Amino acid sequence: MEVQTNHAGSRTAPALSPAVDIAEDAAGITLTADLPGVEKRDLAVNIEGRTLTISAPLALGEANSLVSVYSEVRANHYRRVFELSRELDSAAIEATVKDGVLTLRIPKLERAKPRRIDVTVS
Amino acid sequence: MFTSMLQPSGDLFADISQLQDRLDQVFGGRTQGSSIRAVSRAGAFPALNVGTWADALEIYAFAPGIDAKSVQLSVEKGLLSISGERAANDSEGSGVQVYARERFRGPFRRVVELPDDADPSRAEATYKNGVLKVVIPKDESSKPRQITVGGAA
Repeated sequence: MEVQTNHAGSRTAPALSPAVDIAEDAAGITLTADLPGVEKRDLAVNIEGRTLTISAPLALGEANSLVSVYSEVRANHYRRVFELSRELDSAAIEATVKDGVLTLRIPKLERAKPRRIDVTVS
Repeated sequence: MFTSMLQPSGDLFADISQLQDRLDQVFGGRTQGSSIRAVSRAGAFPALNVGTWADALEIYAFAPGIDAKSVQLSVEKGLLSISGERAANDSEGSGVQVYARERFRGPFRRVVELPDDADPSRAEATYKNGVLKVVIPKDESSKPRQITVGGAA
């Protein structure tokens, strides 16, 4: 998979780019992203063509009326874009989120999986 | 900035300092003063936000994917320290290729200096959506209040 970050959308509103782990095995790619403060219902994982976009607002609840004295996290949303390669099955992506960690399982298309061809002896 | 870098004026350090200021502006670096024990370095885990109400202090630690029970919160001499460990959760077997490993792994510890009026004995902590929220009430005596002036009858 070619992983490319796309900062096209970041000019208008600064977005936080979530840290990710990406690993590939024979059956597909697993992408893990840190998205602390994201409600499950607000998380958007979009596929458009071969472009995978992860975006989510950062919900800190009542933080509006809070007087901030120190902050390292200042953006109010996350966004990161990846380019999927041809052999990945974007229709079969599975997403789970737990404790602010998103896990995406992107399987390979059946024809792209390595396979063993049995040689039969006649 | 770039013009001056292309044509060295002889003061390289001024240029570097200028570049640093520019980077800080863009990436939100050292523009805010911070406590000596809470100096933010890029990528410190967990990232912290601290806010204050009239009657409480709220600390948000952005620590996704940790076991909330394993987090240690302690207050000593007016310093709140948050420590724990985030385990690596990847299944590294044969045939697994790793392309990116940006997420923090390993032990962490961050310290926040509490204001004098904080009352850590009544602190409460909750963990939701990967954010650890610590609420530390302020002393009753430091809350804003109205003092009525008794008039002479």
